[in-house]
Formats: sequence, C-alpha cells, structure tokens
Amino acid sequence: MEKTVNQKAWFLVLPVLVLVAFSAVIPLMTVVNYSVQDTFGNNQFFWAGLEWFKEMLRDDRMWDALGRQLMFSGIILLIQIPLGVFIALNMPKSGFWVSFCLVVMSLPLLIPWNVVGTIWQIFGRVDIGLLGHTLAAIGVDYNYTSDPFAAWVTIIVMDVWHWTSLVALLAYAGLKSIPDAYYQAAKIDQASRWAVFRYIELPKMMGVLMIAILLRFMDSFMIYTEPFVVTGGGPGSTTTMLSIDLVKMALGQFDLGPAAAFSIMYFLTILLISWVFYTVMTNLEKREG
Amino acid sequence: MTLELRNVSKVIGGQTHIYPTDLTLNKGTMNVLLGPTLSGKTSLMRLMAGLDKPTTGQIFWQGQDVTGMRVQDRQVAMVYQQFINYPTMTVYDNIASPMRLLGKSRAEIDASVRKAADLMQLSPLLDRKPLELSGGQQQRCALARALVKDAGLVLLDEPLANLDYKLREELRVEIPKIFEEAGSIFVYATTEPEEALLLGGSTAALFEGRVTQFGPTPTVYRQPVDATTARVFSDPPMNFLRVSKTGSKIMFGDGQSAPAMGPMESLADGRYLAGFRPNHVEINAHANGAMAFETKLVVTELTGSETFVHLDHHGERWVGLVHGVHDLELGAALKVYLDPRHVYIFGEGGELVAPASYALAA
Amino acid sequence: MAKITLDNLAHSYLPSPKGEDDFALKELNHDWADGEAYALLGASGCGKSTLLNIISGLLHPSQGRILFDDVDVTHASTADRNIAQVFQFPVVYDTMTVRDNLAFPLKNRGARPQYIADRVQQIAQMIGMEAELGKRARGLTADAKQKISLGRGMVREDVNALLFDEPLTVIDPHMKWELRTQLKSLHHEFGHTMIYVTHDQTEALTFADKVVVMYDGRVVQIGTPQELFERPEHTFVGYFIGSPGMNVIPAAIDGQMANIHGATVALPQAYDALDGKVEIGVRPEFVTLTEGEGLPVKVRRVEDVGRHKIVRADLFGSEINIVAGEDTSISPDMMRVTFDPAHVNVYVNDWRRAGKAA
Repeated sequence: MEKTVNQKAWFLVLPVLVLVAFSAVIPLMTVVNYSVQDTFGNNQFFWAGLEWFKEMLRDDRMWDALGRQLMFSGIILLIQIPLGVFIALNMPKSGFWVSFCLVVMSLPLLIPWNVVGTIWQIFGRVDIGLLGHTLAAIGVDYNYTSDPFAAWVTIIVMDVWHWTSLVALLAYAGLKSIPDAYYQAAKIDQASRWAVFRYIELPKMMGVLMIAILLRFMDSFMIYTEPFVVTGGGPGSTTTMLSIDLVKMALGQFDLGPAAAFSIMYFLTILLISWVFYTVMTNLEKREG
Repeated sequence: MTLELRNVSKVIGGQTHIYPTDLTLNKGTMNVLLGPTLSGKTSLMRLMAGLDKPTTGQIFWQGQDVTGMRVQDRQVAMVYQQFINYPTMTVYDNIASPMRLLGKSRAEIDASVRKAADLMQLSPLLDRKPLELSGGQQQRCALARALVKDAGLVLLDEPLANLDYKLREELRVEIPKIFEEAGSIFVYATTEPEEALLLGGSTAALFEGRVTQFGPTPTVYRQPVDATTARVFSDPPMNFLRVSKTGSKIMFGDGQSAPAMGPMESLADGRYLAGFRPNHVEINAHANGAMAFETKLVVTELTGSETFVHLDHHGERWVGLVHGVHDLELGAALKVYLDPRHVYIFGEGGELVAPASYALAA
Repeated sequence: MAKITLDNLAHSYLPSPKGEDDFALKELNHDWADGEAYALLGASGCGKSTLLNIISGLLHPSQGRILFDDVDVTHASTADRNIAQVFQFPVVYDTMTVRDNLAFPLKNRGARPQYIADRVQQIAQMIGMEAELGKRARGLTADAKQKISLGRGMVREDVNALLFDEPLTVIDPHMKWELRTQLKSLHHEFGHTMIYVTHDQTEALTFADKVVVMYDGRVVQIGTPQELFERPEHTFVGYFIGSPGMNVIPAAIDGQMANIHGATVALPQAYDALDGKVEIGVRPEFVTLTEGEGLPVKVRRVEDVGRHKIVRADLFGSEINIVAGEDTSISPDMMRVTFDPAHVNVYVNDWRRAGKAA
C-alpha cells in the first residue's frame, strides 16, 4: 500500500548511512586497497594488480581450507536441520513444559562462542574432561589433539549442541502457526503421521526453514572461534577452516596482500552461495505453491 | 462540513484500483459504500482518510484542498472489521485515548467518555480490559472511541462483519440513531445490500473500482441506473432474461412472447436485458396481465415464513422468494409469474432504458 | 449414513463441575434421524461448537454416551467414527493438486486407483471444479478452497455424517448463495446425514430440515423452519429467529383473551389461569398497522429495507416492530395495530404454553 510521500524521511536514514560507511564500507575499501598492492612493511606500497588473487587461486592451501569448510557446513546442515525439525515436532504444544523447553533450548544460544569452545575443549580432554575421560575409560580411542577424526567429531558435535536449538525454535514457531483445523481434518482423512508431516507441517514450515538454513549456512561458513579454541585448526591443518587460515595468514605470517585478496574472495563466496541458496529455495517454494 | 472528491483515481503498479470518481458527502449524513469484496471500498476509504494519496484528482474538506495532507492532521476516525483496541488499557482509557491526545480537560473527557459509553451500552464495563469482553462489546468500544474523537469524518470499514448475526442486526439499528445525533459525515463500507438498506442514508454502489451510482439508498435500490448497480444491490442476486422487442411484442429466448406493456411499450425495437428481483417472482398469479414462465424447480429453501425457489429457465438460473411455506417437488416443472410492473429493462450495454413502473410509483 | 443418538450427554470444561452453570453443554437426550440435514443455531458461546466437537470425536463428553446407529462411539477416535468435516476456514493441502486433495481420504484408506479416479471425477463435477483438477490448491480463491474442503468431505460414500462448522464465514455474499444451494442439492441427491453449525439464522433455516436452536448450553427447540417461525417454544427462539425477532408483550390471560393495559387481543386457544411471568409473542409479520381498530401505537420510524418495510413503534411504552409490504404506504393516521389471532403465542416464564383444544 502506498503511503503519503514525505521526503524529510530521508534525513532520518542519514545517521545509519554514516555508521554503515564507517563500520563496513571504509574497512572494506581498505581491504580492497591491500589486495591490489604489495608492501614491505615500511608503509611503502607497490601496485600489484590482481597478482595476489591469482596467487591465492593457485594456492592449494586455500582450496583445501575451502573444501574443509564446505564439508563442515554441509555436515552440520544435514544434522541440524532434520534434528531441529525433529525436536520441534516433539516439543509439547501447550502447558508448563512449553516454557521449560523454550528456556532450556535457548541456553546454548546465550553462551558466547569462545566460552562454548572452552567448555568443549575441557569437556573433551582425556585427562580432566568428563567426556574425554569417560570415552577413554570405556575403551574408545578418543583424542582430538592427535586424531583428525576425533577432532572433526568434536567440533561438529559442539556446533550441533550450540546451534540446533535455533533451528528447533524457528521450526517450532512455524509449527505453532498451523491452525488446529488442519490436524483435525487430517485425522478425519485418516492421514498417516508421515502424511501430516509431508503435506501440512513441512509446507507450513518451509518459510522459516529457509531462513534457518540460510542463517546456519552463513554462520557455519564463517566459523572461527570454536574450532580455534578447541583444536587451533589441528591436528596439522585438518580442522583449519577458511577463517582460521585467513587469520593465520594475515596475523601469523603478516602476508597482508594475499590475506586481503583471500578475504575478498571469501566474502564473495559467501555472497554467491547464499544467493544461490536463496534463489533455489524461493523457486522451490514457488514450484511447491 | 463537506467532503468532496474531484476526479480522484488510484493506480498502483499499472493496476487501476479506483477509476476517476467525483463524490460529495455532506454534514450529518450516513453514506454507504456497497460492493463485493475487492470492488474498491477500502481503497476509496483510504483515499478519503488521507492514508493514501490519489494518483489524480483532489480532495476538499470544507472547501479547502487537503489532497496531500497527512491523516494525522485531518479530523478522521476509522473503525475496522477487526476489533482494534489498546489491549493493556481499560475500556474507559481506550475510549478516552483520542481526547487525551488532543489535550482536553479531565472533566471534559470524563463527560464525553460516559456519554459515548452510555450510547454503546458499555457503562458497566468501563473498568474491564478489551480482551475480557465479547466480540460485540469490543467492537462497540472501538465505535465509542471513534465517536468521542468528534472527528468530522468517521469511516467504518465493514465494522459488523465479524459479529454474530443477531448482534449485527441490533447494532445496525443502533448505529444510524447514534450517528444522527453526532452530526459528522459517516462513511460505512459493506458487502451486504440488506445492511445498506437498514442503514438508510445515501448509498454509493461500487463495482470493480467504479462508483456506478450514488444517491439516496432507496432510490439506488429501486431505480438503479444500470444492470451492474442492480446486481450489486440485490441479495439474492437479481434475475436476468434476454428479450427482444418487435412491434408491440416482447419475445423471450424460448420463443415465448408477451404483449409489450407499461414502460416497454414505448421502447424502440431491439434486444434488451430484462431484470427482476427474486421477491417479485410469484408462483400464484394475482396481478392482471402477469407474464408466465415455464421453469424447472432445482432446489427449495425455507426460511420459516418464506420459500426460496431456485429455478432453471432454459439454462438460466433464477431465484425466487415467495411468501409462505411451499412443499414443492424438486425437478418438476413449475410455472412462475411476473408482474410487468416489476421488470427493469436494460440496454445491451447494461444501461437502464426503462425502470420498473412500480418503483416510480413508490 | 447413520442415525445419531445423544444419550444423557453433557459436557463441562472444568475437571469437577459443581452446579449446572459449570456445564458448557447441559444434559441432552436426542435422536437425530438418518439422512436428515440438521442445523445447530445459536449465538457464540451457546455450546453448539462443543456439541459438534463431541460428535466429531475431538472432545470426549464428561457424561453420557453418543451412538451412531446404536453403536456406542463415545470413546472412539475421530478417524474411527468415519465422519467428514468442513471447517470455518478452508482447510486444503496447499502443496497438493485439487485432484490429490480430493483423492486423499480415499488413498489413505487404501481404495483401488481406478475407483479413486472415477470418484474424484464425479465429485469434481458435483462441485464444479473439473477444469481445475490439475491445479495446485495454494493459488485458489477462498470459495474455491472451501469447495475443495466440501468435496473432500463428500468423496467417501460410506461416511456416517457430514459436519459443517460455519463453513460460509469467509465467503462473499453472492458466493454464499451458490455454495449453499449446491450443498442443498447435494443433500437431496445423496441423502447424507448433515450437521451444520452456524450463528446465521438464514443459513440455518434455508439449509436444514430440522433446526436445533441452542441457548446457554441447552437445546431450546428442535423443529422445522416453519415450526420455529410459527410456534417458537421459547421467547429466545422467537427473538433469535426472524429479523426483527418476535414481539414479546406482557399480558394477562383470561380464557381466550389476552389483556394488555386494558386492551384485549384474541388468542387462538383458551387458557386456564396461568402463574408466573405471562407474555404473548407475535411476530412482526403478523402485526398490521391500521387506521381503524386495534391497540394504540405511536410510530417512531419506518425503515425501508427493500422488499418490505420495518415499522418501529411504541406500544404502551415498549417497542413493537411491524413488517409491512413493499407497496404499503404508511400514513400518519395509522395509529393502531392488530394481531393475526392464529399467530399469537402465549409464554409463561419464557416457555410457550399450549392452550386447551378448541
């Protein structure tokens, strides 16, 4: 619906524009600036063109990190989305237990990233951690500092623990918006539990699930703190995600040029994948409709 | 006090919601916007209120151009189909809220609130919260708030649509009484012809974004200017029959004919559309010179004192509303009669060429 | 199809109801005949939805039994009761096509594909949606969706009853006519037992063979539209049915005469002495405004509602409504009313009292 036109409204947006300029656009331009120049640290810059980009694209290290990153995001989406939906479906619909469940599920979401990392780092230690010790006691060979598989399992379980609630809460909100009449009609039609899910719950949840997938993808693709705290990217570089690699490159080795080029490509990759996701999902929604 | 729309139209995204419209509403009048869903009732109201800016044309309030003026700066009150009240305030505070915004004195507010509450039969409920009230009471609270604002223009957008039938009937009787007293310009949107008739005042018939006719409600009902208005203002829908006139004879589609009588006598030869209301269909001829039609009875519905007969007249569906309870055999042939005085004649383009003569006499 | 028996049925939403007031539905004993169309009519909160939910099995009554064809189904699940229901808002499976929507209840019950295809085609023809069979349900209008819900209800031939919960709420007035007529013809054609819940008297009266009028958790009258109109058993029925409702006037009864503030009105039957609150009820349709004889009235306003006029007048200080024909002209000399003696009912404490047979 069109509203009365009032040009003064633009002034109200101005402060936000200024803030965004300082917080996002200017730093981004600095990064762009670094990515096309070379420096020897004494504030002297040389034009490098697209050289850093080419070098990064030729670098196996980045491709490996990207591969790990995609695998990580893929695995956690495959676990968290169905698990979140499953939890939402099994949550009580009314009564005291609703608020109880909601509070319990919100708890992991409230814990800061680095604390989550620290909790799991300690939790999984074979010497003093409850999990690590217990596993060792029952004879499982578990050590995330030396075994890449154990390291992967640890960070995935940690992420699932941390974020599945978000998916579950979103899915729950979607489920709650379905009028009772639909369930009554399904009973009358003798629909199976699966049919109720497939034809009533899933279509009605589609909208929020799309948001959940996008959020979880973007977040997991940028994950840094938790694996950094738990494994530091190791053993070797088996859990070195893109962001960890980037920090290593920029701060550890002070290769600012390649790191800047890396950042920009990283950013564009996320943008691209999110866009593809979004387009595919909206089309899916349209086709369903 | 007048509200005048001059050549007002509204186009959104290449789609015309309101075609150019001229309309003048006067002080102390009840104006009904009657039309089916999506006919433009709400769009027109939003233009009147100033919530939307017209694409073309101007809006005048007491002779002054208020076209671009914000709704906050105009004297407008609005009531919607949904019961909209402030949930955390008591009924008293809800009703008082518009006056408090205007900075009226405490005594003045109290007097107005109590008067409005009295009119709306809310006096015993003033300390309750809206959600503790029934739907009808909630809507009466919203109406009271619109009343105390003492706005020059009060817009009511299907305010009774979500209420129980019987409650609706009672409020329909109350609303015109209250509004006569208030002296503002009232605009009331509805989809139901019966509601328009009960409210009285003037009616603007709307169809697909056009005001097809505006005038005193009984006049629009009895003397519609075209077939569209007649269709909008008839529930059950008006029945239609294609006819052609040759000389002094009216020919029907099935080869039947009748002498041209009354208003039809003076018509030029040609094709016409005859329209008649369901309540003028008779199953016992009692008027002299009634036209007879052979139909098939499809369904009957009883209302207790009357019978709706759904008829098939050579593929056309007609509805008749006849007095008394009739036990008729479904699927059987049924002869129905029509007094020519009750027949409207429309041209092929839908314009009225001869009104039903009974309507002119009334 | 089935006969529905309500045996000693009552329901309270409270865990341990104390008095009668705690019951949303007060004790009921009724037999509803196989193949009839019933309407449950009443204002919101009268218990009509509670009763419908008990019949459909969504709610278990706190006392009594419900029987379908003499089989106790009080504790049977909704699915086992083999009923169909159409809700207030259209309930369709959005992602399915119209065809799949209609076929769904049959598929779930494992019907043969050939039978399903034939039956769906037949239903689509009945509800006039053959052309849309291949379309997805999501994009359709509210009335098209409601037709699908209706079709899905009719698709099983063996249902015990078809229940409707205010199914025309979201439908435009003009479409209401079409859907209601369609429903009526379907009932004539297939003879399902139908139960239709509504607050709209026109819908109830035009749809049903028998209307069940409910008030405050109680069934006050079950009757044909004509019975409800001519002989309301309770003043509430008189008020609730008819627009405007029945005029109820305090009176003293003496034999075959009613006495109102000294004026007399003839009654159709004679009465013995009556105790309690005595009133007579006359529908506005049976009141005539005249210049000659009758009770004195003062005309307050005349409403032209198209096919007739409603005259609102004052009779000994209370309001009386009169329905006059479209062609009747009301003149200022009309200061009297007469009642059609055949249609005057007598009420004692709000319940109709029959007189002695003449």
